[in-house]
Parts: sequence; structure tokens; C-alpha cells
Amino acid sequence: MRLRVLVGGVPVTLAVVAVSMMASGLAAQQGTAGAQIADRATLERGEAVYDQWCAACHDPGPRHPGTQALEALYEGSKPAALEERRDLLPAVTEAFVRTGVSVMAPFRKTEISDEELAALAAYLAPRP
Amino acid sequence: MAVPPGVSEADFRQALARFARVVGDAWVFTSDEDIALYSDAYTPLWSEDEEKTASAALAPDSAEQVQELVRIANEYRIPLYPVSTGRNLGYGGAAPVLSGSVVLDLKRMNRILEVSERNAYALVEPGVSYFDLYRYVQERGLKLWIDCPDPGWGSVIGNALDHGVGYTMNPYRDHFDAHCGMEVVLGSGELVRTGMGALPGSATWQHFKYGYGPYLDGMFSQSNFGIVTKMGIWLMPEPEAYIDGTVQVFGHDDIIPLVDHMNYVMNTGLQNAGTNLQSPLRFAVTRDPDLRQALASDDPADTQRLNAFARANDTPFYTNIFKFYGPEDVVRAQWEHTKRRLSSIPGARFQEGAFYRFPLTEEQKRGVRDPQDLGIPTLETFSIGARSNFAPATRGHLGFSPVIPMSGEAVIESQRVFQRVLQQFETDVALLVFPQSYHPRTLVILCMFYVMPDVAHNQAVRSTFRRLVEVAAEHGWGEYRTHTAFMDDCARAYAFNDNALLRLHERIKDAVDPNGVLSAGRYGIWPRHLRQGGV
Repeated sequence: MRLRVLVGGVPVTLAVVAVSMMASGLAAQQGTAGAQIADRATLERGEAVYDQWCAACHDPGPRHPGTQALEALYEGSKPAALEERRDLLPAVTEAFVRTGVSVMAPFRKTEISDEELAALAAYLAPRP
Repeated sequence: MAVPPGVSEADFRQALARFARVVGDAWVFTSDEDIALYSDAYTPLWSEDEEKTASAALAPDSAEQVQELVRIANEYRIPLYPVSTGRNLGYGGAAPVLSGSVVLDLKRMNRILEVSERNAYALVEPGVSYFDLYRYVQERGLKLWIDCPDPGWGSVIGNALDHGVGYTMNPYRDHFDAHCGMEVVLGSGELVRTGMGALPGSATWQHFKYGYGPYLDGMFSQSNFGIVTKMGIWLMPEPEAYIDGTVQVFGHDDIIPLVDHMNYVMNTGLQNAGTNLQSPLRFAVTRDPDLRQALASDDPADTQRLNAFARANDTPFYTNIFKFYGPEDVVRAQWEHTKRRLSSIPGARFQEGAFYRFPLTEEQKRGVRDPQDLGIPTLETFSIGARSNFAPATRGHLGFSPVIPMSGEAVIESQRVFQRVLQQFETDVALLVFPQSYHPRTLVILCMFYVMPDVAHNQAVRSTFRRLVEVAAEHGWGEYRTHTAFMDDCARAYAFNDNALLRLHERIKDAVDPNGVLSAGRYGIWPRHLRQGGV
């Protein structure tokens, strides 16, 4: 079964819960700690994962469905392109990648391994 | 723990331990979290009891490992469900047809084994995506094009086996037609190479399709008779230039000569690419319920009202983009000749379109209107159903896609017939896209459904879809490919002589996979022990 929880009687994916975690700061400590220890090799690996798996949907500009969706969601209150964000805590990135959201299907471990996901999350995380 | 149907928990644990010895513990997935990754993200069965789920997943790294896993599955009668990249979204994704199957995730088998620039082909494993093959060609500066479907992350092998299609020239745009030679693990675990691959040390496995004796490759497409572990795919030599142009016609019946001309230019090789047939008028009347109703009518008075609207608003009833690939002087001459032919349709107008010389710069590539027309893979198609400034987020999409003859009369009839079905259901769950040619001599209708996190909505999708399958069959039209939720429905429609073809499929299934361990139920083919008295 897909990972689901009930929020107010409405089934939602874990990714949505991750947004709540981000908003309430529950993930902040663990997330920023992960980002702080990321070394250059990890960040480079994370960038490579981003280029391979995320860029086609989440790069800046038109013709990128992920960017289009986040533009509509945030209406300018946050950057729509993922690499321009400064608030993506690792736990949030990890939750979205593993549970998906809307038309973004989750990514399996044969596509993005746990190690690659950690590197991606570090790459997209706020940096000290 | 989740256990495959008909298998005891003790046997399943033993089998998993044996599987792990083949692929390593890291590549056996059994936790709930990991198994959830093998759900169908675009399922129309969302959160219902029938939602398709796996019991475990295995990720082999070689054909030899696949053979070992299949042999073990035979011992324990474990149902396996191979997926290549698992990204066949809208057609079932990585989820099995038979819930409780163990998914065989072939994504790690992602080697590009050979690319020949001189003979224009590649030999790949199932985990190779269109993005992977495109990058490989680009990084080496090879003068070759791939032909890709809308989403670039799909498997070159998986898409061809599912009869996927693209947008450049024949034969490349029909991906199964463009394949040449396979390596297949049968249901018994035996390894077979088809075509010239059966000749040890063959020098022409990816050059000559037929080999010697019966041509069996079709058996392994849209089926469950084997696991394809290698396949050749023909690539297109980079052309010198590309040009396209649009024709506009303004009368309801102008579709008949328009499609006849399309047939001629396509079947003579004058224009050897797919179509981009549209009906601007259909879009224009979307918000007018009265005229929208007229689209489903065969009353001549309604047709006249639509024609009057087209004239009054200077809105073409139909348009088509003609695409040409080749030397610059040749493609310009082909377009000029096409225009001369189409000028016989009264009132036809022409618009010059894009022109490119190759290779393109990266900046040029970013500005291309339809990158797939030039073999450039993207994920742009996922803007369908993504949140936008004019529509809420959906949870995915799927399509009803029957094949109709390539004639204007069939276009008119099919649009009326399907429009009536959709109106009958009084629902906006579906969007009728204008038919396109993905293969010579036929057009494919696409009726697009959004799936939502809403059971009632998805049930309406399913009942509408099933009615469309029935109505299409009544008119002699059948699906070319379908989502796993509808595989039995579509198979039943191919019912000539008491379903003789499906019964033949079942006999082949029993012969090459006697224990029925591979992809039970795929394309309506069930192994003997899961068939209930035949069709």
C-alpha cells in the first residue's frame, strides 16, 4: 500500500505531511544538521543527481512542468525553480522524492539510491 | 508480510532468501515503504481494494541473474512482474497486473552495449532510458538521432515492447518496428536470441530482423511470454535539415480530402513523418454548449451551423502540420509539392513553419516548438495534469486510444461516436484529443482521463472507459495499448471466432511459461491456473 496518513479524515501522501513538517519546523534540526556536514563531493554528486532526475521538470523557465506547478502553488511567494529555493530541508526533499506528489511519481531506489537521495537533499538544502 | 497469491508465507520467505543470494540483500525490497515505490502512481484504482500492489521487488543486474530468479520463481510458483524503467505512467507504471506479484525491476540493467554510427543502430539493456541514449549520442558527437515518446525517462526496450511511438520518420517513430533483434529469458529461465542473434557470433544481429525461420519477435511485445534483456534499436542518421508547414481548411467535410492527401504523401514517402492534425474549431466551441452538442450530431443542419461559425470567426475547422526531414533543397521541394496538392481543397491556406539545419546549438534546442519531432527527449508532457494557473493538480492521467482507419470519414464518425458517449455520461472526466497518425494507414484517437485522489471520480473514469471500449468495438475500432486496469476489457473486444486469438495466446503462454510465473494477466493473457474457464 502507498504510504498514507489521515489528516482531518482526508487521505494525503507523506509528501504533504512533509510540507507541514517544514512549516512547523519539526524537520529543521535534523535537516540543517545534514546539510552542514555535506562535503564538496557530496554536493557535486547531489548536483549530478539533480541534473539526471530533476532538471527536466524543475529547472527554471517555461516547459518545465514541476516549475509550472510550483509557480501556480506559490504565486511568487517562493522561487518556483528548486535550485533557487533556500528552504528545502533534506527531510522535505527526501519525502517528496520517495512519495511523489500530484503527477510526479515517486522515485524507486533503483533510480535514486538512498545515498544519492541524501546527496541530492544536501545539494538542495539551505547552506550555512 | 505481503505474500503472493497461492504461495505460503514459509515458501515465500525461502524464495526471498534464494533471490537474495542471486542479487544481494540490497536489491531485494520487502519493507512496506519500499514496496510502496512499486505502486502505480497514476492508478485509477487509488485507495480501493482492487488497487494493484506488489509483495516484493527484486533488482537484478544481468541476464544471468534474471535467469536464476526465474528458475527460483518456477520452483516456488512465485508470480514475477518485470518492468524496465517502471515509468510507463498512464499504462500501469511499475505495479503488477496481478496484485501480490514480485516486481522484477530491471532498471539496474542500464548498459548501452553498442552504438554503430555507420549502420545507425544501438544495442541496449532494458534499464536504458531515452535520456540515457540521447546523452550517449550527444556526448560522443555521433551523427545519429533517437526517436522518443513524449516522456524521455521511459525505457527504449519497454516502450518498444508496449508498442510505444514517437515523432520523427518511419520506421523510427513506430518503436517496435524500429527494433532489430532481442535476447529473451523465457518463463522456464532459458535464454534465447531472436533473428540473426541465434547465429553464434552473428555479425548482423542488429542489421537484419528476420534471421532464419519463423519471425517470433512480436510474441514478446504486449505479452508475458519472456523477459527481454537486450534489444537492438535502429537510429536515424542525422538529416541535413527539417522544415514544416501548416495547412488550414475551413469546411466540416474538408477533412476527407485533407486526410486523403496525408495518406498519399505519407505512403509515397514524400512526407514520411507523423501528423499533427488539429481542429481549432473544436477548441473554439468548447464554451458554447449548443455548438458543442452539434459536434456529436449527424444532422446536416448542425454541420451547417458549425461551418457558418468557422467562416464567421475565420477559424479553421482542421489544420495539419506537415513535417519533412532531409537535404534542404529536397525538403523545401517536398513542402512546395505538398502545398500544390492541397491547393485543390477550396479555401485551403498555408503557413510556413519551422526550418532547422543540423546540428542545433543548445540555445536552438531550447527554442524548438516540439523537441520530440527532432528526437530530443523532455518531460514537458507532464504539464498535462500538473497544477497550473488555470487548473488544479491532478494525480495523473491515462488514455483510451483506439485505432481508426486513416480516412476523413472515420475521423468524423469517431468524433461523433465518442463525443456522444462522453455526453451520455454527463461528465467532464475525459478530454477528446484529435486523432493523430502514429503509424501509416491509421489514426489513433486519444481520449484523455485525469485520475484524482477521489474514488467517485475514478469510478466514473473506469465506467466511461469501459463503455468507450465497447462502443469502439461495435464500430470495428480497438485499442492499440492500454492501462493495466483495462487489459481484460480490451482483450475481450478482440473476439473474432470465439476469441480464437486470445485462446492461441493462452496456448503459447502455457508452452513457454508452463508454471505461469511471468506477468500474469498482462494484455489479458492469464496462465492456466488463473484462467476461469477461458475467456
